[in-house]
Amino acid sequence: MSLAEARREREQVRRSWLLSLPALLLLAVGAIGPLFIMLVYSFLTPGRYGNVEWVFSTDAWRGILFTKDIFDETLKLADAHLTIFWRSVKLSFLTTVFAFVVGFPTAWFIATRPARWRPFWLFLITIPFWTNLLIRTFAINQIIRTEGLLNTILLKLGLISTPLNLIYTDTAVFIGMTYVYLPLMVLPLYASIDRFDHRLLEAAYDLYASRMAVLRRIIFPIVKPGIVAGSILVFIPSLGAYVTPRILGGGRNMMIGNFIELQFGQGRNWPLGAALSVVLLLVVTAALLVYVKFANRENGHG
Amino acid sequence: MTEAPAVEARNAVKEFGQGEATVRALDTVSVAIRKGEFFTLLGPSGCGKTTLLRLIAGFDTPTSGAILIDGEDVSDLPPNRRPVNTVFQSYALFPHLTVAQNVAFGLEMLGRAKGEVAARTAEMLALVKLDQMAGRKTSQLSGGQQQRVALARALAPRPKVLLLDEPLSALDLKLRKEMQGELKRLQLETGITFVFVTHDQEEALTMSDRIGVMSGGRILQIGTPREIYAHPTNRFVADFIGETNFLSARVRGGKAVFGGGVEVPLSRPAADGDVTIAIRPEHMRLVPRGMAGALMATVSHAVYFGTDSHIHLKLIDGTEIVVRQPTDADSTDGPKPGEVLGVSFAPAAAQVLED
Repeated sequence: MSLAEARREREQVRRSWLLSLPALLLLAVGAIGPLFIMLVYSFLTPGRYGNVEWVFSTDAWRGILFTKDIFDETLKLADAHLTIFWRSVKLSFLTTVFAFVVGFPTAWFIATRPARWRPFWLFLITIPFWTNLLIRTFAINQIIRTEGLLNTILLKLGLISTPLNLIYTDTAVFIGMTYVYLPLMVLPLYASIDRFDHRLLEAAYDLYASRMAVLRRIIFPIVKPGIVAGSILVFIPSLGAYVTPRILGGGRNMMIGNFIELQFGQGRNWPLGAALSVVLLLVVTAALLVYVKFANRENGHG
Repeated sequence: MTEAPAVEARNAVKEFGQGEATVRALDTVSVAIRKGEFFTLLGPSGCGKTTLLRLIAGFDTPTSGAILIDGEDVSDLPPNRRPVNTVFQSYALFPHLTVAQNVAFGLEMLGRAKGEVAARTAEMLALVKLDQMAGRKTSQLSGGQQQRVALARALAPRPKVLLLDEPLSALDLKLRKEMQGELKRLQLETGITFVFVTHDQEEALTMSDRIGVMSGGRILQIGTPREIYAHPTNRFVADFIGETNFLSARVRGGKAVFGGGVEVPLSRPAADGDVTIAIRPEHMRLVPRGMAGALMATVSHAVYFGTDSHIHLKLIDGTEIVVRQPTDADSTDGPKPGEVLGVSFAPAAAQVLED
């Protein structure tokens, strides 16, 4: 490379940095800034009426897993907190799995329609995004509540004798989240399946593969990037879900998102809320790292 | 008959679409392919050759008729339960697997023991000279190498029949020639019946034991390359394979009477009536005009090719023909345009067509 070329390249690098500066600033102020504030707050003492007092304390971090006995000040595992964490992870995991079970055939169906019909089917998938999440969640509430549409139909059909008690249970939250996040599973799966070379199916059948073997040995490995992307896109927002568990889970069946909100609201324990937020962020980051690892390995395959 | 054919189609019909839009891709095809044979289905695109191959593989089921493999009716068996393997035109190698994993796939699906799979895979990779590439991803291979992987993968489970769907069409000319020899070698070494689909007549002539020439969903003629080339039974076959002159004549008492009254005895019996006779350009000779048994023709123009010359002539009845003449060492100029000459041919060279 000549000297002039090297200089031109350096200038180009500098120019692209300058051009991306506004975006970087926005990220620094809008994303990293609040996170930093959260991190700082998590090491402070709660104020009497909310907010924080600028006194260093690790109580909030300890409070994530332990409670102090009011009488003898011994530490005990905070069962209520653990229940909430467990419920969050369990429901998010179930939501992801079920969204995949429903989303994969859906994406496969769309990807195998004639090319001119695919935009129409994809359009149908995006229709739920037109309405506010809150309203859609209330709609689900109307459907599954005790006197709701679902129970009415099942009762009329004689399939059940007493109404199903779905509303304000974990099942209700699970149903709601699956409904809300399903499109986020379908879209990346569709993108992956759309690129899938369907002639490979014939090749696999020709080589004595059963339908199950074709699915497991050929289709899943090849569309894996879509499966991983869809799972991440469903799992991460499920983990931090707030509206759905609030409306469908009632007050009792809290998830991490609701628990954090509680600390900033009625609980008046901002440091604990901040510490919980940081934990949630770390879990999400860990999930993303897993994704990056999978994605990279896929690229390595070329 | 002592031995069942490796593959047999009995009145196989395949229709696509419904009602008015029905297309008959395969029209009552019957063919018996012998064991250990290199059989080629030759024809232009859309002639039904790939459809017939897909019926044998099991990717499509016949609308009516039957497909038999080794004497057993497999018409209703899915592809994974037929003892045939396919080399696809696009190769269809599994992109997420290595070369060795691709080759091993069929054996694993058959539930063979690990040791056997490994041994057979190594053997196959050696057979196609890819032992060095076992651990590579298929995307890292050249077209010719991918072709070899596809072959090894299809041969590994020891199929009774290997189906090849225009496997050489994606390769450049030099590689194609090389792979033609390679395929023939593999077929002889493994003794497996090959059913090869191509639109390339040269490929078909050089590699096949027998050829089935297809057009319009039918098999028009089945025979050895020599039979097909020397004795085409109909106009399409004569025209599709090699260059041919078509001459009009009237058969009378075992003789063909051409325009101008020239009579030539026929080597094979033919019914009286108006017929078309096919004669290859290289089977015709130019002789001085007026020689007995020779057709009169006027030279239109001549093209010099080095080893031979192609002389274009017009017969008395207006038919245009080409005569291919080897170049003599001492030859000066060839025939001149406008010159009137005689064209003669051996009776055996005249092939009376059936349609």
